[in-house]
Amino acid sequence: MLDLLKGPFIAAEEFFTLTGRALRNIFRRPHYGADIILQMDSIGVGSLMLVALVGFFAGVVMALQMAHALRSYGQVSKTGTLVAITLARELGPVFSALMMAGRNATGIASELGSMKVTEQIDAMRALGTDPIQKLVTPRVVATGVMLPLLTVIADFVGLLGGWIVAVAFLGLTSVQYWNSAWRSLEWKDDVLQGLLKPLVFGVMLSLIGCFYGLRTTGGTQGVGRATTQAMVTSAVLILILDVMITKIFVGQGG
Amino acid sequence: MAESSGEPILRFENVSVAFDGISALVDVSFQALAGESRVILGAAGSGKTVLLKIALGLTRPDSGRVFVFEREIDAMPERELMDVRSRIGMLFQEGALFDSLTIEENVAYPLENQKAIHCPKAEVRPRVVEALKFVELGDTLEKFPSELSGGMRRRVGIARAVVTVPPLVLYDSPTAGLDPITAHTIMTLLIKQRDLARTTTLIVTHRCQDGNLVANFRYNSEQGRLEPASDRARRGARTSFMVLREGRLVFEGDQDRLEASTDPYISKFVKRRV
Repeated sequence: MLDLLKGPFIAAEEFFTLTGRALRNIFRRPHYGADIILQMDSIGVGSLMLVALVGFFAGVVMALQMAHALRSYGQVSKTGTLVAITLARELGPVFSALMMAGRNATGIASELGSMKVTEQIDAMRALGTDPIQKLVTPRVVATGVMLPLLTVIADFVGLLGGWIVAVAFLGLTSVQYWNSAWRSLEWKDDVLQGLLKPLVFGVMLSLIGCFYGLRTTGGTQGVGRATTQAMVTSAVLILILDVMITKIFVGQGG
Repeated sequence: MAESSGEPILRFENVSVAFDGISALVDVSFQALAGESRVILGAAGSGKTVLLKIALGLTRPDSGRVFVFEREIDAMPERELMDVRSRIGMLFQEGALFDSLTIEENVAYPLENQKAIHCPKAEVRPRVVEALKFVELGDTLEKFPSELSGGMRRRVGIARAVVTVPPLVLYDSPTAGLDPITAHTIMTLLIKQRDLARTTTLIVTHRCQDGNLVANFRYNSEQGRLEPASDRARRGARTSFMVLREGRLVFEGDQDRLEASTDPYISKFVKRRV
């Protein structure tokens, strides 16, 4: 029974050690600026189309569904409000993060996992670099910076999607839609929450990817296993963290 | 020629290590002197690679002490270890080249990242070119590791290991999985490096002919190939053999004693001298 519990506890301990070292390295030399830029490009710019696409469809579907529900109260004109709030608070951050988990947590895990099983991680240490400094920290910084930016883009593209539906199918005017959307957003409740979530998700999912990648064993099969674990764990953690952060904000706001 | 009875460069004292409860090394003690070549034989899974990784400080032993250049490294913090590692070259089993970097960047990596090396920027490229010429791959600088054959990747691995001119070089199964001709090329490079730079060399292998080459041949730099070493030269560049079996050191000694051994496991690694 004790042995059964030991595995997860050791894994959690290792994860927090990795987290601590990765975050501490942000303030330590040497800094690998070129690696951060490279990762920002591959993680951030590379995910742009995907995240925008997801945001667009989230906006379209929200507008269609909410208009249906609002019609029974005669409040179809509030569609913009609902789309804006749900996108900024929940759908934008969570969908973007889930997409990033699928694209980047797995990508990081398989890349680092392959490096682990071909001894490249060992070689890195043998040749004078700390793999956490060189590989983990740039990925965490890049994802932590890029995911909030991508989320803002996803939110905006989602609002565009909602606007197309509102004008084309719901008979609203552009002014009605954008006015209600814009005025409904508040700094603390919506914007702060909508930016804090992707920051937390981004740091977490890149760390999960690195964690499973670096502890890969067992050849190419192990790389596959690490990739799957990174995807599942980061997706579950995104949902759990989302509830926790939402509770903190909702609890405060009453 | 004087006996190269240098100081011990690498010393293991009762080193044991286990992974997930399975012993990889059990109570291993030995020391390698400066200028010595040491051939470590053993079947797959006998702990040969682990031994090299402990010597580099990549893996920490569970018990026992490890000294490299007279410094105890088994409990040394990672930052200090970097300093020790800058004086050790290592060829990993499959080369372990960085896939995302070009051959030039791969070989330049230790020069640019080993803090203890202090290589001025202007000198990096000439030294990389020189190291690649040494392994006869001077025209591959812009290529990526995936564009090279297995033997060529291994040669780049050697160039990367020796570009910093380390006094101690470790080779992990340099000929594993290569055809006999390529394997001979790799062994020639290895002996060339040993004889020209006078490095202390540890070679892990499961092929007895590799050990024979290391013990009885020397590099002729005029003809650019190996030739049988004279008895005098052989005594000068001492070669000793170690055999590992399931993590235990079951044999240590010179080639004559290795060939005289009647142990069935040990004699599997011995063929009659060429």
